[in-house]
Amino acid sequence: MKDENWLYTISSKHKLINLNFKEIWRYRDLLLLFVKRDIVTLYKQTILGPLWYVIQPLFTSVIFTLIFNNLANIPTGDGVPAFLFNLAGITSWNYFKECLTGTSSTFTKNQNIFGKVYFPRVIMPMSIVVSNLLKFGIQLLVFIVFYLYFVFVKGANVLPNINLLLLPLIVLVMALLGLGFGMLISSMTTKYKDLTFLVQFGVQLLMYGSAVMYPLSYFEEKLPNYSWLVEYNPIAIVVETFRNMTLGVDSFYLDKFIYAVVFSILIFLLGLVVFNKTEKSFIDTV
Amino acid sequence: MSEIILKAENISKQYRLGLIGTGTISHDLNRWWSKVRGKDDPFLKVGEINDRSTKGESDYVWALRDINFEVKRGEVLGIIGKNGAGKSTLLKILSRVTSPTTGEIKTKGRIASLLEVGTGFHPEMTGRENIYLNGAILGMTKAEIRSKIDEIIEFSGCERYIDTPVKRYSSGMRVRLAFAVAAHLEPDILIIDEVLAVGDAEFQKKAIGKMQDISKGDGRTVLFVSHNMAAVKSLCSRGILMDQGKVVFEGDVNECINFYGSRKTSINKFAHKKKTHILDNVRILDIKILNQYGEKITTVFSGNKIVFKFKILKENFKDPIDLGIGFYSSDDTPQFHCSTEVIKKPYVLDSDEFLSTLIIEKWPLIEGDFYINVYIRSRQKLLDYIKEAMWIECEKGDYFNTGVVPSWRVGFYCDYDWK
Repeated sequence: MKDENWLYTISSKHKLINLNFKEIWRYRDLLLLFVKRDIVTLYKQTILGPLWYVIQPLFTSVIFTLIFNNLANIPTGDGVPAFLFNLAGITSWNYFKECLTGTSSTFTKNQNIFGKVYFPRVIMPMSIVVSNLLKFGIQLLVFIVFYLYFVFVKGANVLPNINLLLLPLIVLVMALLGLGFGMLISSMTTKYKDLTFLVQFGVQLLMYGSAVMYPLSYFEEKLPNYSWLVEYNPIAIVVETFRNMTLGVDSFYLDKFIYAVVFSILIFLLGLVVFNKTEKSFIDTV
Repeated sequence: MSEIILKAENISKQYRLGLIGTGTISHDLNRWWSKVRGKDDPFLKVGEINDRSTKGESDYVWALRDINFEVKRGEVLGIIGKNGAGKSTLLKILSRVTSPTTGEIKTKGRIASLLEVGTGFHPEMTGRENIYLNGAILGMTKAEIRSKIDEIIEFSGCERYIDTPVKRYSSGMRVRLAFAVAAHLEPDILIIDEVLAVGDAEFQKKAIGKMQDISKGDGRTVLFVSHNMAAVKSLCSRGILMDQGKVVFEGDVNECINFYGSRKTSINKFAHKKKTHILDNVRILDIKILNQYGEKITTVFSGNKIVFKFKILKENFKDPIDLGIGFYSSDDTPQFHCSTEVIKKPYVLDSDEFLSTLIIEKWPLIEGDFYINVYIRSRQKLLDYIKEAMWIECEKGDYFNTGVVPSWRVGFYCDYDWK
């Protein structure tokens, strides 16, 4: 009897990085079906349906404009409408936020399904990131509509620049950051539930540190001692870059951008390793 | 045919009892520290045998301990054992829901499990959408499902509802649909756990039929876990008997089932384990099974007189009480039932403790192992109930007192006459 040709082995010992891309590929249909499920079922039995995707960033932008720009007088750059500035920040921030909060409860939310059948667990957070892409697309569309409105009707002086070509990369970085952090948190919440509480308000705090409602340059000018907090925050870099490529405001530094890309890849890999280690036996501790 | 498709080597699984919370961090740190120093996990040494009913010393128990077995291609293996014997844990490890603490399982085929049907149904989606989703969760590709969808819908018998959200389904329909999806899986190794306990009689028949097709017709390898001995007998060729996390018997399925029956050691010994006391002052203290000469017996022959003596406690309880006893075969099929209620002879005695006697002049059952469930009731209210209180072995006897032992092997004997 030949023992060499086993298809796979279920064992107590695991390699540190045990990614089976072939298997993930075999389950690609499942990923698409999960995406479809998320999209189809999210707004079932609501009247406004997907309009909620639109309403939420619009209202947030209006409030931000009122509070931060009209009340607190935060400048948004020459000739850039504050509303557009905020909408740009929120659109890019939202995608990261949705990916993070969506994936951070992967294990606890799906313990029913995970406790009964096996499929590569990473399919689940991946499907969340993909289905959020649609949400992001709709919000981007809204942004573009208002963009065109401000440019052609109001005659606002905003211009996209060549960096716009980096948009797909920006989206990827946001997805990797959200997914990476989400998988890390999800893995850690299986045993210690404290993190769930942290995520809720941690994300909110993070938004204030991510240059969503102010330009980084203004922060550096006002709070120079703390500027490193925002400067080395990869999400702040992403948000700034997004505004830079679309509105022509804010700074763009290639070195910072590369730092954000590298950071996102590292956090994604770390998340993946921890996630893979957790999925083997999380069902016993969850 | 004799190629080994699955091989389990020294599989063990340790669980931690009690709440996970306080002390978890300290155990984790302890574990990590031993790992850093290159030593074994300290908590692997402290595990105890997993016996649910006794209080143990340690927080850690072994749900599985050194399980070894092999499965050949095309074989239908039955896994039987009491509740808590480790069957489900083993299946969880096989289906990769959790990983073993030690040991490894090697396989040459894809494993799909049918642990609990209906996993991942989304209530807001239609039956058809759910078939796709559920099929994909179980490991099918979209194309595979598409080629089988008509078959699945037909098998489920939910055609009319197929484009209605699943939340409008009755629970029976949900199960039918889920089973239909699962039954059309085509993995190399299929794991089935207790799914036959669902649905109405008609659907169960259909389900067992489908299982038989899968295992016999298609030559698929199947691991089947069930308490339904009749189903195990009809589906499986080989059996594994598990007890307290260990494999105690491996071999031909009939021998395995017989061995399981004989291991119910409490033959003519009053078992206290499965009691449900409602009151402390009214309960069954002891039961004895005697023959016509008043001797304790473990085996009764059909046609012989059998006497059940119950010792009953009835302190400070004035109401009349009723006793009942149900006879069951080892595959849990009810046989017959004797109670004081139906013959209207309740016990009205006023003593604190008394003996009650049930006499069956001619034992009607033919052969096999049987157990009894006993209870006390008063005014239609249950006061004490003991499941599987005692086991009794039964053998064919000279029922008709003619010296001729009938060849009929199952069912009942009864008195009759020909004119």
